[in-house]
Amino acid sequence: MSEAMANISARRAALGDRLPPWWPRAATSAVILAGLVAPLFFLETSGFLNATIIALAYVVMALGLNIVVGFAGLLDLGYVAFYAIGAYAVGWFGSSFFYGAHVHAVVSPQAHRLPGVHLNFVLIIIAAIVLTSLAGALIGLPTLRLRGDYIAIVTLAFGEIIRVFAVNGDTIHIFGGTLTAGRQGITPVDPVYFPGVGTFDQLHLRPWYWTIFAIMLVVLFVNLRLRDSRVGRAWVALREDEVAAVSMGIPLVRTKLLAYASGAAFGGTSGVFLGAYLNQVNADQFEFSFSIFVLAMIIVGGLGSIWGAVLGALLLSYINYYLIPDVFNGIPGALGLSFNLTDLSFGIFGFLLVFVMVLRPQGLFPERRRALELTEAVTTAEGSAGPRETT
Amino acid sequence: MSESTPAAAARRPVDAAPEPLLVAVEVTKEFGGLVAVNRVSLTIPKRSIVSIIGPNGAGKTTFFNMLTGLYKPSDGRILFEGRDVTRARPDVINRLGVARTFQNIRLFGAMSALENVVVGRHSRMRAGLFGSIVRTPAVRAEERAVSERGRELLAYVGLAESRFDDLAVNLPYGDQRRVEIARALASDPRLLLLDEPTAGMNPQESSRLTDFMRQLRDELGLTILLIEHDMKVVMGVSERVTVLNHGEQIAEGEPAQVRADPAVIEAYLGVVEES
Repeated sequence: MSEAMANISARRAALGDRLPPWWPRAATSAVILAGLVAPLFFLETSGFLNATIIALAYVVMALGLNIVVGFAGLLDLGYVAFYAIGAYAVGWFGSSFFYGAHVHAVVSPQAHRLPGVHLNFVLIIIAAIVLTSLAGALIGLPTLRLRGDYIAIVTLAFGEIIRVFAVNGDTIHIFGGTLTAGRQGITPVDPVYFPGVGTFDQLHLRPWYWTIFAIMLVVLFVNLRLRDSRVGRAWVALREDEVAAVSMGIPLVRTKLLAYASGAAFGGTSGVFLGAYLNQVNADQFEFSFSIFVLAMIIVGGLGSIWGAVLGALLLSYINYYLIPDVFNGIPGALGLSFNLTDLSFGIFGFLLVFVMVLRPQGLFPERRRALELTEAVTTAEGSAGPRETT
Repeated sequence: MSESTPAAAARRPVDAAPEPLLVAVEVTKEFGGLVAVNRVSLTIPKRSIVSIIGPNGAGKTTFFNMLTGLYKPSDGRILFEGRDVTRARPDVINRLGVARTFQNIRLFGAMSALENVVVGRHSRMRAGLFGSIVRTPAVRAEERAVSERGRELLAYVGLAESRFDDLAVNLPYGDQRRVEIARALASDPRLLLLDEPTAGMNPQESSRLTDFMRQLRDELGLTILLIEHDMKVVMGVSERVTVLNHGEQIAEGEPAQVRADPAVIEAYLGVVEES
């Protein structure tokens, strides 16, 4: 069993010896640079660039959910709630929705003339982080005493409550307006504006790309730092054994709520971006299937693994927003069938998920800890010793 | 007030009997109608080794769980260093200086031996969310120091250095027990609770662990409370022994005294019918 491990570490050490000591930094810089110049090779309005922007927004979502489900082991099926709250933050604070109000803060000249609340994109993100963290802690509270499946049920209900509020919000009157615009949607939403840079628009996708790329880098950095920190270890310890963790001095309530709040904050950040990018905030966007979609990303990637979450999110987003609608959509027609491939997308995802789980139960890019656990269990799993169950 | 008796006892002048580290006064735990622990009182002097023995189901582990805050006692009081910890949360009790191991080892399986010990130090670390993200110089220094301390502790409990980065689940049984003790020591406890530490050990290993417990007391100034079935260990190492049976405290005293107690013999061997 330790043979495999020795092999891996030996190979890694050999690789490390051949490469100069500055190579991790150099490799990271090269990847970031490649990410920055990549959009220059695509048309400003290309479908691929559009899909990439959405995919990166989903990476941010997946990284957030990975903290809650992957690190802390709290199965959250209501993650869509934080997408909704983030999106409504941009709907409320970056549109003419509250037409009675006239609040403007660092917005484009066009937006400055419009009624309603218009805050700068960065300010909206901060507002969304505050709102979603609070909502995250709120949903955390009733689940503190629950475990596993029961957490899933409560969070699922929470996601549905938020969705129902979003759908029926047009009949809830507050501050002289309504809470949401229901299925009509809040639109248009202020495009992103940075002083000195200008206003983004739908015909030029590169600035959107760079914005979400930067957000994704920040979130990724935060995730990596948290993973190897006192806070991240406390999350994993709680996931592994709650009783032992609290006996070792980890405060249960604070640590769990911190996981919910951090995960929610990332979901909210991504929600703000998607709201602005899609130029509308519509209650129909906040379906339960969204939570499952993001959960599928981190499961396919490998629960608890940061790079797995990135990979899973990119993979499923590209399949959903590029391959199915743009690339393979002609296939049914070519086969003489008349249906839209996009109608089948959830069937395709279901199939992929089963496929990955059968061939690679630990995910495509498993967390180091889990990878060892699973491969070693397999080599010793001749008789009774099956893989240890960790959820 | 009712709290004056034990508190006053804890605050006795130093030149009198040595101040006890932990005092449990008539601690009771009921689960529904079942009384798992009934009015058990215990005084643990500083730098002593005290054992709790008793047949299976006697309430020993329940008593441990109350001392560490996992269960809230139905009645009674627990004082640690004169401080009332009866209803304190487990993490608070750990921070005050109580650490434990578990009867069925409860390591964090997906973490390495070293990471387990580092988690054990959680309550002595300060890095918060912000510090962890920014990784300030203070946080870096703390991480380094804790990792260094973790290695020392693992070496101290006798884990081979090549095993430090192995996942806890992959360690052999004896090493898992070692790591669990190291993890408990990482929080700099003054009171160490060991729940059947020699379970599954052969006589040599048991006697080595007995020596190690004495070493912990003498070198680190620890006080140890022990649940143990191995009478050789109990009689060899403890200064005082408490015997529980069906949740009742049936004897308390020095090992020799307890061993001769008819109630204890009865609990372990059953009643001898007199004709």
